[in-house]
Amino acid sequence: MYCKKIMIVQTIRRTATCTTQLNYQKAEPSIKLKTHTDSTGVCSPHLSLQLELQSQSMAASTAVTANYVLKPPPYALDALEPHMSKQTLEFHWGKHHRAYVDNLKKQVLGTELEGKPLDHIINKTYNNGDLLPAFNNAAQAWNHEFFWESMKPNGGGKPSGELLALLERDFTSYEKFYEEFNAAAATQFGAGWAWLAYANDKLKVVKTPNAVNPLVLGSFPLLTIDVWEHAYYLDFQNRRPDYIKTFMNNLVSWEAVSARLEAAKTASSSSA
Amino acid sequence: MAIRCVASRKTLAGLKETSSRLIGFRGIQTFTLPDLPYDYGALEPAISGEIMQIHHQKHHQTYVTNYNNALEQLDQAVSKGDASAVVKLQSAIKFNGGGHVNHLIFWKNLAPVKEGGGEPPKGSLGSAIDTHFGSLEGLVKKMSAEGAAVQGSGWVWLGLDKELKKLVVDTTANQDPLVTKGGSLVPLVGIDVWEHAYYLQYKNVRPEYLKNVWKVINWKYASEIYEKECN
Repeated sequence: MYCKKIMIVQTIRRTATCTTQLNYQKAEPSIKLKTHTDSTGVCSPHLSLQLELQSQSMAASTAVTANYVLKPPPYALDALEPHMSKQTLEFHWGKHHRAYVDNLKKQVLGTELEGKPLDHIINKTYNNGDLLPAFNNAAQAWNHEFFWESMKPNGGGKPSGELLALLERDFTSYEKFYEEFNAAAATQFGAGWAWLAYANDKLKVVKTPNAVNPLVLGSFPLLTIDVWEHAYYLDFQNRRPDYIKTFMNNLVSWEAVSARLEAAKTASSSSA
Repeated sequence: MAIRCVASRKTLAGLKETSSRLIGFRGIQTFTLPDLPYDYGALEPAISGEIMQIHHQKHHQTYVTNYNNALEQLDQAVSKGDASAVVKLQSAIKFNGGGHVNHLIFWKNLAPVKEGGGEPPKGSLGSAIDTHFGSLEGLVKKMSAEGAAVQGSGWVWLGLDKELKKLVVDTTANQDPLVTKGGSLVPLVGIDVWEHAYYLQYKNVRPEYLKNVWKVINWKYASEIYEKECN
């Protein structure tokens, strides 16, 4: 049994709706996905993703280190109040996310991973589930940037248009999706994330532990909620269910989800 | 082996952690949250009263509640002979039962300063620590480093390997009890490094929590366990 080599090229356009004074680089990554066959022609259990990030940053000299930048959220740190406090953003982005980025830089220094795109490091260090040391920092750096961009001020509620239609198709109703996403986020034991993801032309809800994300599991992430305690403890303490509801009702950026879905569909449909 | 460990811990601790409730035909025993042997604020400034209250009344209580629910479901599944339901319940039992077991130990591992919290271990445990780690400072440094390095949620432990007759430092993920790392391991000191154990006070600075928690570690309890297990 042989695996077809599938080259999927996708372009994700990240729209910068930055309301802060800070400048950050727009990255236009192109992502190629290939299935992996080993020497006996057998597919590896997981899609082996080779993700190449081509940064079109304005400062060419930082093209390599652009992958390890602490990008600010596309809104001011107090813009999500009262649903997510400024204090939470200051610690969560300013300390936790920053530490993942800084520690990743230190960790790859002098190794073969140094200077490689973030996505490459994530794939390499995921190592089919037998995690290598840099995985945690690399994946968490990626996850957090994805998380900030999954939210917006005055967000949340029900999506419309094609996204709603697809949610209704794959979950029977938005309410059923809401329930399933909620349950995944609430029952991820310990630290982790819940995701809306896209694979094989289907939307699905996925939960992952610690730093794991759908990229390494072979699907396109569309939306995430961080359920590590540091994400909600200052605002909600132990009340994770309240945090999840607040996220769903008041914070989700369906525009970001739609843009990601478009990119995912384009990538999938251009497969051989 | 695991059953013996649990039995001896319960005997030593003298905790009334079990209350009998007859459930179904088998009369399974369920659990209640025991009171702490000190006030919530008694461990300040090392651990804030706010954290102690939420940690005990919310987090530990939730483990107890969910453990009881899982046990009831398990009882029904076992009675019906539903093997796949039984297997499916194992993770809920491990998470919540482990959470209950670990926190029972943790509350005993802590004591207010005026009740001996932070006082270095004497006697045979003190000697064993010097033998295995060079000094108490050496042990503290090692446990703090390993606790800080736990990714996600978990615990750092000082344990006794009963078979090899030596002290070990190890970590477990989530609410896995120490015994999941080795059947002959007996926990002596466990430090919770889940973010809920320190976040409100120390925020992201877990190493600062680990530096300060030693000021309220109850070495008397650890010594009792050690001496009992060694005889």
